[in-house]
Amino acid sequence: MYLARVTGRLVASHRYPGLEGVALQWIQPLDEDGAHLGEALVACAAVNSGPGDLVHYVDGREAALACPETFVPVDAAITGVVEQATVLGAELAGNSAGNSKVRT
Amino acid sequence: MLIGKVVGSVVATQKDEKLLDRKFLVVQIHGHEGQPRDQYVVAVDSVGAGPEDMVLYATGSSARQTTITDGRPCDAAIMAIVDSWDLGGENVYEKWA
Amino acid sequence: MFLADVIGSVVSPVQIPHLDGRTLLLLRPVQPAGAPTAKTRIGVDIVGAGPGDRVLVIDEGNSGRQLLAAPGAPIKTIVSAIVDEIEVGGERIYDHRRRPELLPRSEA
Repeated sequence: MYLARVTGRLVASHRYPGLEGVALQWIQPLDEDGAHLGEALVACAAVNSGPGDLVHYVDGREAALACPETFVPVDAAITGVVEQATVLGAELAGNSAGNSKVRT
Repeated sequence: MLIGKVVGSVVATQKDEKLLDRKFLVVQIHGHEGQPRDQYVVAVDSVGAGPEDMVLYATGSSARQTTITDGRPCDAAIMAIVDSWDLGGENVYEKWA
Repeated sequence: MFLADVIGSVVSPVQIPHLDGRTLLLLRPVQPAGAPTAKTRIGVDIVGAGPGDRVLVIDEGNSGRQLLAAPGAPIKTIVSAIVDEIEVGGERIYDHRRRPELLPRSEA
């Protein structure tokens, strides 16, 4: 699993059978200091995450196991919304109350 | 998953029998801000995508988790046709715009 | 499997049920001598490791599910052992009792 920030939402009404109702969200993988780590990608949200959230996600074949239907061509899934991440004793900016969130 | 635009297709009469009757589409990879990249991938279509469609594709062993790619040699599968997306609340791509 | 330094922890109350009750650790993959290698990642702890420990990580789905005894779990990064010593070429290059202080990735 990796750390990432949810940066957006994606709409795709025509998708592989079994993926109906699964939210698709843009995520930006993050390094231990919060810096961007590689390219943004699209993940299935297996939890109730939204833009602005710090999350963790699983990649590869295991990602499909986080979806309601598990035999689906999915290679990234958001597995949790991070409330607190401590790195070298300091707090990595998480989803504290002061963090602005967009949830519509 | 990553996004790209369907820019063409591949026809090959001489191929492994496990690849018979599969639609291979040429996808130009796009960045999250919608910018085209000089990078292409050939993906098996599992959703009926066509030319100019912006699509989502899965890579690696995940790509074999469809009824048409299961147990077959395939490392990229188109699994959705994109209608729109936003980043930071700003609309970036709209299919019908 | 690879070596990693535990650099922190992650708490996520909203998560997939498979993770409930498990400890998530932030892991910095390292070479045996301690230089950072691959991307920082998050692993599920099954051995009671904590920040400062050098650990053995397995990051592969089937193995992960075996260690967790959780078939069908979408989890593959597992902290499976706490390293006591590492010996390379006849030389002990890591000793848990005299482990070095963790530095930020840019200085490590």
